[in-house]
Amino acid sequence: MTKVYSKIESIAGNVISVYADGIKYGELAEVSTSFGKSLAEVIKLDEGLVSLQVFAGGRGISTGDEVRFLGHPMKVSFSDNLMGRIFDGSGAPRDNGPELSENLIEIGGPSFNPAKRIIPRNMIRTGIPMIDVFNSLVESQKLPIFSVSGEPYNQLLARIAMQAEVDIIILGGIGLKYDDYLFFKDTLEEGGALSRTIMFMHTASDPVVESLMVPDISLAVAEKFALRGKKVLVLLTDMTNFADAMKEIAITQEQVPSNRGYPGDLYSQLASRYEKAVDIEGAGSITILGVTTMPGDDVTHPVPDNTGYITEGQYYLKGGRIEPFGSLSRLKQQVNDKTREDHRAVMDGMIKLYAQYKDSMEKKSMGFNMSNWDEKLLKYGEKFEAGMMDLTVNIPLERALDLGWEILSDCFAPEETGLKSSLLEKFWPVKETV
Amino acid sequence: MKNTGKVIGVNGNMVTVSVTGQVSMNEVAYILTGGKRLKCEVIRIQGEKVQVQVFEMTKGVGIGDEVEFTEDLLAVELGPGLLGQVFDGLQNPLPELAEEAGFFLERGIYLDALPRDREWEFTPVANTGAQMTAGEILGTVPEQNFEHKIMVPFNLLGTYTVKSIVEKGTYKLTDKIAVLVDEKGNSVDVTLVFQWPVKRAIKCYAERLKPVEPLVTKMRLIDTFLPVAKGGTFCVPGPFGAGKTVLQQAMSKNADVDIVIVAACGERAGEVVETLKEFPELLDPKTGRSLMERTIIICNTSSMPVASREASVYTAVTLAEYYRQMGLDVLLLADSTSRWAQAMREMSGRLEEIPGEEAFPAYLESSIAGFYERAGIVELKSGGKGSVTIGGTVSPAGGNFEEPVTQATLKVVGAFHGLSRERSDARKYPAIHPLDSWSKYTGSINPVQTGYAYDMLRRSYEIGSMMKVVGEEGTSTDDFITYLKGEFLDAVYYQQNSFDPVDASVTPERQSYLFGQIMDVLTAELDLDTKDEARSWFNKIRQTFLDYNGTQWESDEFKALDKEIGTLIADKKIGILHGAEKVMEK
Repeated sequence: MTKVYSKIESIAGNVISVYADGIKYGELAEVSTSFGKSLAEVIKLDEGLVSLQVFAGGRGISTGDEVRFLGHPMKVSFSDNLMGRIFDGSGAPRDNGPELSENLIEIGGPSFNPAKRIIPRNMIRTGIPMIDVFNSLVESQKLPIFSVSGEPYNQLLARIAMQAEVDIIILGGIGLKYDDYLFFKDTLEEGGALSRTIMFMHTASDPVVESLMVPDISLAVAEKFALRGKKVLVLLTDMTNFADAMKEIAITQEQVPSNRGYPGDLYSQLASRYEKAVDIEGAGSITILGVTTMPGDDVTHPVPDNTGYITEGQYYLKGGRIEPFGSLSRLKQQVNDKTREDHRAVMDGMIKLYAQYKDSMEKKSMGFNMSNWDEKLLKYGEKFEAGMMDLTVNIPLERALDLGWEILSDCFAPEETGLKSSLLEKFWPVKETV
Repeated sequence: MKNTGKVIGVNGNMVTVSVTGQVSMNEVAYILTGGKRLKCEVIRIQGEKVQVQVFEMTKGVGIGDEVEFTEDLLAVELGPGLLGQVFDGLQNPLPELAEEAGFFLERGIYLDALPRDREWEFTPVANTGAQMTAGEILGTVPEQNFEHKIMVPFNLLGTYTVKSIVEKGTYKLTDKIAVLVDEKGNSVDVTLVFQWPVKRAIKCYAERLKPVEPLVTKMRLIDTFLPVAKGGTFCVPGPFGAGKTVLQQAMSKNADVDIVIVAACGERAGEVVETLKEFPELLDPKTGRSLMERTIIICNTSSMPVASREASVYTAVTLAEYYRQMGLDVLLLADSTSRWAQAMREMSGRLEEIPGEEAFPAYLESSIAGFYERAGIVELKSGGKGSVTIGGTVSPAGGNFEEPVTQATLKVVGAFHGLSRERSDARKYPAIHPLDSWSKYTGSINPVQTGYAYDMLRRSYEIGSMMKVVGEEGTSTDDFITYLKGEFLDAVYYQQNSFDPVDASVTPERQSYLFGQIMDVLTAELDLDTKDEARSWFNKIRQTFLDYNGTQWESDEFKALDKEIGTLIADKKIGILHGAEKVMEK
């Protein structure tokens, strides 16, 4: 049974209110305006007054427009027909393909029972040493790429998407520039990955409310595929736009802002999306890689800050490189003891020395004399940056570890590295003395 | 006839209900919607309008939905069978929930916290005719490794006489085991289980004592320099990625207490899973039994409903207080109290209360203080002592400690273990900043010696930052050696490798031995003439100590390295620094 109402009481920003009976919280409605139809979602009930958030925005809505309640919450179609398709933020096709309406599933479902989770155990190899060696990506991990506008984060995301060993890629674009949307589409097409990809693309020119749906739709679909045993990688770019959309809506609804205008539930909102990442025993998994751009390269900005508390680490992309400081994969300990026995030691040792190199650089830039030790560190730092940090380096993990030992032995005596003697004996490259 | 009402408004997880008749604050109610019963709690009453916070997602709730009031406050079940369980914030056992509902946490399903069909071997202690008050012992049942005491329910006020008590035998949880009679002659049936409202502290003890006995965490930096006392409180604030959770996990494994309660409050589910899967495999060195047997996990992770997140810390502390009543030492680890504070903020915002700093409610400080004040070491009515130690992590926005939750917490805790981004970036774990942190408790190692080491470290930091300005060449060799001593102390004593099986947990005995050796180096006058010579000697000794830290206590390897260290030190030591003689006196 659908009910139609034709008297809109108030319109503020993207939110309209009507007096209506028997409406449920979270229900969907269709608003018919002179510009066409748009979906709207019930976001507040106050006695008879129902507030709805209009996906297409409040612009141009007239108080006499019709609101038709659909009697169900937001749903999206789920089937194998989704593969290779591109949709917008409200689930409508963007690629001139047919509209899908079979097997509708609810979005934003309940959270996974922690007791049913399993410890992540599979490493996802990427061929990028800064990830594989120093901060391994793990199946079911949720990791953002912290970056600033102008950095090649979408390129990095696309490269990981192409090289990662997964079954399905779901790409959720939030407030993307149209160029970036085309970039993803072309890159995945060229790399032959489009057939295993589903895209939900909201571009910067689309109504802002639609962007709020993108993570939920992407993750609802991912969840269904994971339950069917698929390894799903969900890419979300850019989650800062998602948070900004929430801010915009919260402010127009006159909610008390908590920090820099963001709503008080920013953490919970982000967490309920990222926490969908899961490894399901006897079935598939969801891994989430997001992009979080940091306004003004400020990691203490509420969006990266809250994200960092939710996700299992972060990749910090700066100057076209994944910075060893600030980047962290919290799940790496689950997998990097099973790769090669020297993996952890090389990882820790090289980073400690790189930190000392940074200190020496600082001293050097202030014009101090360089000691013998400083000179060694400077040599090391250069080799490390060229061999490991450069994003064009594309080598498997084992090769990268060997390279690590080579760099260390080129620069230091064994006891200067701070590595355990047993490892030094086994892995220290033997060189002919000149 | 219980009260009922109708839904008249929905705003997120806050629902407005119109009701006639009596309603109490914090009363539990159920909203009947779509064939489900959604649990909620009254948080504001305005005439006939009552606002409730719903512990579930409110999608689908509509105007006119019926609401049932229960007349009970939000409470937990206290009785045998709690140990080893995994609950959500409302004490629903999660593994049983998974059996019932599958992979997802379907709303509206509430299960008994304690198994009803399990039988317990009850041994009576109290005699018929005895006069008793709340918290005194009626009998015992064995639970895991403990004698679980069956007590006079805490909600019975006044003095009761035991009218009858059952014989030794097996009973189910809800079987009647005793009948008590109050002063007016009303009789009360007692079973193995009773309810207690989570937001009220349990105070059925004789006296609260001062926390003095150290709680051993087997982390060198904490036990030696920043000790925690049994019955005390401590907080661990730190930016994300600084290792708060790893630190708490290490503590939950190694702490020398009887029972550990982990409250995963609004944090990642993955971290709880690690505990869940690891603990049954690990052995408690004290009892030789599985670690899970001494652990209770309250798990309300970040994607679970925010209102039950608010309840979860209270649920956890109530369970801790319950076991304290049995004369046990309980450690409660809450990760993270900031998420709990944020849950309060979300509700406060929905209630349209006037916001305080950063939109936190004005009662933030008193709520935090009230929570930490539920820690303490107490003398029980039956003699003996029990303690609840509370350690909470704080996740300050932007890693800046000048924010309301950190500041309110620092006012009420006894020890502050502040994590620093600088140290975690340099992979120096645990990343507790040794100079910024403090503790008001006394540890087991001579404070004169720790004070000396601490001053040395402070001096080393000063020299280190001076060197950044004047360079190594502008620093005297003596100062440079002091600098290296500080670095050495940091590298081999403060830092601890929690992934190394041996180094991860260090007994107080070994700590004290190792610290003696460290002091030997710190107080030594060393025969090192140039900076390069000094650096290479310290590199060598540091390396030896690191290998040494990874060897089994008193193994052959350990003894060999011990000897090597002795030789290394003797080689360069030519005396004791001026002023250090007194410190080294035994």
